Amino acid sequence: MDIPYLTSLVIFAPTVGALLVLLMRSVDAIRWTALGTTAVTFLLSIGLYVGFDPSGSLANGPQLADLSAAWFPDAIDIKYFVGIDGLNLLLVMLTTLIGPIVVLSSWTYIESKHKGYYSLLLLLQTGITGVFCAFDLFLFYIFFELTLIPMYFIIGIWGGKERIYAAVKFVIYTLVGSLLMLVAIIYLGYQAGNAVNAGVFTADWYTLLEYNIPLGTQTWLFFLFALSFAIKVPLFPLHTWLPDAHVQAPTGGSVILAGVLLKMGTYGLVRFCLPLFPNVAQEYAMLFAVLAVIGIIYGALVARVQPDAKSLVAYSSVSHLGFVVLGIFAFTPEAMQGAIIQMVNHGLSTGALFLLVGMLYERRHTRLMDDYGGIAKSVPVLTFFMVFSVLASAGLPGLNGFVGEFLILLGAFKSTVVGSPVLIALATTGVILAAVYLLWMVYKTFFGALTNEANRDMADMNGREFALMAPLAALMLIIGFAPNPFLQKSEAATDFLLETMETKRMAVQKAADEAAPVAERLEITPDAAVDNAK
Amino acid sequence: MDVSLLVRLILLLPLVGALVNGLAPLFLPSLRQSEGLIGTLGTAVVAIPFALTLYLFMTYGGDPVVVDFYTWMAAGDLSLDFAYRVDELSLIMTLIVTGVGGVIHLYSVGYMHGDDGFWRFFAYLNLFIFAMLNLVLANNLPVLFLGWEGVGLCSYLLIGFWYTDLSNSAAANKAFIVNRIGDFAFLMAMFLLFSELGSLDFDVLLNEGVSALSASTINWAVLLLFIGATGKSAQIPLFVWLPDAMAGPTPVSALIHAATMVTSGLYLLARLSPLVLNAPVIMAVIAIVGALTAIMAATIAIAQYDIKKVLAYSTVSQLGYMFMAAGVGAFFVAIFHVLTHAFFKACLFLGSGSVIHSMEHVEHELEHEHGEDMSDFDPQDMRTMGNLGRFMPSTSATYLIATFAISGIPLLAGFFSKDEILFKAFEYGFNGHPYAWFVWGVGIITALLTAFYMTRSYVLTFRGSPRWPKPDVVHPHESPTTMTAPLWILAFFSVVAGFIGLPAVIADGKWNLIHHYLGAPYGGPVAEPELAAHVPLALEWGLIALGSLIAIGGVAWAWRSYSAHGVAYDDRLQARLGSLYDWWQGKYYWDEAYDRTVVRPLLEGSRQGLWPFDDYVVDGAVNGVARLAQGASGVLRRLQTGVVQNYALAIVLGVVLVIGLMLFG
Repeated sequence: MDIPYLTSLVIFAPTVGALLVLLMRSVDAIRWTALGTTAVTFLLSIGLYVGFDPSGSLANGPQLADLSAAWFPDAIDIKYFVGIDGLNLLLVMLTTLIGPIVVLSSWTYIESKHKGYYSLLLLLQTGITGVFCAFDLFLFYIFFELTLIPMYFIIGIWGGKERIYAAVKFVIYTLVGSLLMLVAIIYLGYQAGNAVNAGVFTADWYTLLEYNIPLGTQTWLFFLFALSFAIKVPLFPLHTWLPDAHVQAPTGGSVILAGVLLKMGTYGLVRFCLPLFPNVAQEYAMLFAVLAVIGIIYGALVARVQPDAKSLVAYSSVSHLGFVVLGIFAFTPEAMQGAIIQMVNHGLSTGALFLLVGMLYERRHTRLMDDYGGIAKSVPVLTFFMVFSVLASAGLPGLNGFVGEFLILLGAFKSTVVGSPVLIALATTGVILAAVYLLWMVYKTFFGALTNEANRDMADMNGREFALMAPLAALMLIIGFAPNPFLQKSEAATDFLLETMETKRMAVQKAADEAAPVAERLEITPDAAVDNAK
Repeated sequence: MDVSLLVRLILLLPLVGALVNGLAPLFLPSLRQSEGLIGTLGTAVVAIPFALTLYLFMTYGGDPVVVDFYTWMAAGDLSLDFAYRVDELSLIMTLIVTGVGGVIHLYSVGYMHGDDGFWRFFAYLNLFIFAMLNLVLANNLPVLFLGWEGVGLCSYLLIGFWYTDLSNSAAANKAFIVNRIGDFAFLMAMFLLFSELGSLDFDVLLNEGVSALSASTINWAVLLLFIGATGKSAQIPLFVWLPDAMAGPTPVSALIHAATMVTSGLYLLARLSPLVLNAPVIMAVIAIVGALTAIMAATIAIAQYDIKKVLAYSTVSQLGYMFMAAGVGAFFVAIFHVLTHAFFKACLFLGSGSVIHSMEHVEHELEHEHGEDMSDFDPQDMRTMGNLGRFMPSTSATYLIATFAISGIPLLAGFFSKDEILFKAFEYGFNGHPYAWFVWGVGIITALLTAFYMTRSYVLTFRGSPRWPKPDVVHPHESPTTMTAPLWILAFFSVVAGFIGLPAVIADGKWNLIHHYLGAPYGGPVAEPELAAHVPLALEWGLIALGSLIAIGGVAWAWRSYSAHGVAYDDRLQARLGSLYDWWQGKYYWDEAYDRTVVRPLLEGSRQGLWPFDDYVVDGAVNGVARLAQGASGVLRRLQTGVVQNYALAIVLGVVLVIGLMLFG
């Protein structure tokens, strides 16, 4: 079955749902509309998954693309251009899957202003899906900023005690980054327009790819883009907005934040920073790899000493996303595909952890691990899912986290760019540390004698909670044992990306060498040439 | 029957058992009490694979069979399949795992009777068998690693099985984390090998790998894998988790922490033996670490009162013997000792379980029927036992047989395998590897200590006079048949299993069946070094005599001393040995040292260093910038006059600036 405009439908169905929600009166109608919308969106996205041909070459454009004419023909080449390729397919699927799960998780958690909450949630989903699907840089930027506003309100209105501080910090921090990116986008658009698009400003990803940006320009453009994405990831030391935002956000917000929103950063690095600025990306890859590894270890150590379970999971994200960034900057197919699947894996397992911590919070209105202890006896099913998600998150082989981490580290080790054995060894210690802080959480919260009387009558997971956890757990297991169908989706795109980068890198380098002043070239004296030959 | 189908059944049946036993009762609490159903299913899914493996073993044609299920992951150069390998080595290991595993499942039906977590226990145990089978049947390193970490997970779940006691969960965490340190090295080894070879399949590693890899790569890879092995197989410096692991139910100690999982490191080295042989320096490291671990653990075992702790340190010590064997190139002997050890150590552990079980009844009876205050009573403490042989004849007899077997009393299983290890060390030294002499010497001393501490544990437990309160009124009972039958099965094999490895003095090694089965010279998968110099026959007989004398001497010494003096003999030892004995009793303070040098600095550093750093420095900088911006905007705000003309002027200026930049920029 061929559904026309399927990609756009998947992006905008939640917006339609948001409008419908605004028309509803009763709380039930609001919730069910939101659930229905996200469920339908997920079903539609299955069409994307089925319709996507993993062997199709990315060189000819994305699949299932929807393309408008330029909005300002002949003056500025900005247009509506969305599509699916191996880099975004899994992330789109993750977003549409997380959608209904977040609605379900908010079912009783959100106790006021339902209409606003669910409509913002749906709007947020449109923004995120749009970010992943956009093939026009300007459109990407619009969606990128669109995600900011709903998230701001979700944290600021339905959050915890310090919600205003956290929300403002989240917005300003990410806005600083993205405004700098906007400057870079505008400059890049004009330069590329002059170079390859007959003088017309362009934001088309493919047109931009044709433009080999000169070295000097590449450097600062790269850093403006990279800064914006690094804040979003977040990469050490730009991460401090994250624990604040997570701890204050309602469960649904945290799940979206950790599950998909952060991936806009890593995805942006893959989609734009690497192919557009390949020379600089490679030159500074080690810097990013080192920051990523610091993040892995640092995030893990700080996570271990958090008294608040949610804060612990938040810092674990800093650690886990370090692996993804390391994979991205390794420039090997193993690590790159590992990074892509690890984005999904992190969304599943960290999303699950936030959901479970949220369930505890809903029952006892505390996130401090000291307030629990020994609750495995009263909530065996919840304990099962928690241990399961913890193991997935800690990278146990047979569950999803291992696949990503293994491929990333394997690929990074053999990388000629970042493959220093010492660095990879340090990164690999993250595997030990993940076990340390995650098992600590389980130990503190679930095991031991049930000392706090308030925990004795805690209800175990109900049907709704089971329904939202079961698909996540199932996917963790499926990706753990049979990741290959998922990996195949990104194979062609990864190859295309790495090849394009290498071609462009060589071209730019060649141009730079040729343009070097004659005097500089003459500096190579015959003696030096002989030395070189040796 | 088709090999592929058989392998599928062998692997998947335990998994099915784990899923059914685990998930059905989890979601349907009414099923949790169905012990009969759960126990039968749990045991059957291990017993049937045992029968199938036996069939495979009987019909095995001599050529390895690789069964390829499907591709696990493929990316770049990596193409990784769920592929399993049936050959002599994996068959032997599968027989041990499913055979000993089946017997212990049966035993657990009795041992775990009445426990709330009966269903969980069998689910974990089944899952363990599944993971262990992945480990021993894998045809590439990552699938082996899947099993490797899988058994670690089950070990974690089972050590912390009685989770309401937080110390059990702490022991579980410790086991998992220490194992993860080893796994870290295992991962690094895989990354290294993959970056050099582009494959992690055993076929590539053991054929092209041996010739294509540089000496330093092989050294690093073998060293890293060995570090991995020191985690799983409890060697210095990562053995510290195993004694604590005794917090788990006793069948777990027998199956996982004695017979199977902890021998994985040896299996790994035997599987990669062609590679290991090319790292002679690391082999010396392996042998020396094994020797030091063996003697260290044996000395600790002498000074313990907890019967399971004695057995735990004994296991560490025996694993040390196996590493000595691997380190002198005698990989098949290491596997031989894995096999015999599986029988006698499982027998000892299950025996101790039977003892603990009945001591718990004594405790219960004293507390509830006689009103004794039993809060200080420890049913695992040998100081409260004594003369149990009178009440528990089967347990006592089988424990004694296994004690003789591990001590190396002639013609019992441990005699053959341990003597073979010592002989191989001697022979390797004889062939110009001086470190092997050291290993041999340490092995001889440890053999004496082994005989001593094992006999001590037997005498203190089963002989002498009873030491629990009111022994005239309350006395223990023999365990039910589901528990004693497995003991007799294991005791039987502790007697006869050694005959598959008769020493070279008999018919020139013709009857060393396990050598002929596993050894590369006979077409098996386990490589061995070529040795030019042969130990003279007379000297070899002499070594056997020495080994026998040491075993008998050690047993006799402990038997006489503890029969005569009972527990008080420990005080004599302490008086005679002084602070050395304190070191033994204090387990050489490894835990304390790790706590002080690693755990605390990391924790306190994170708590008092990194976290405040994150809050005040990293985040402080962010907020500082924000405050700066706020201050600056206070100044800039004055520009916002609200007068439209001013804005228009600013806009015009801006446009001019932009145009100027575009023209001249």
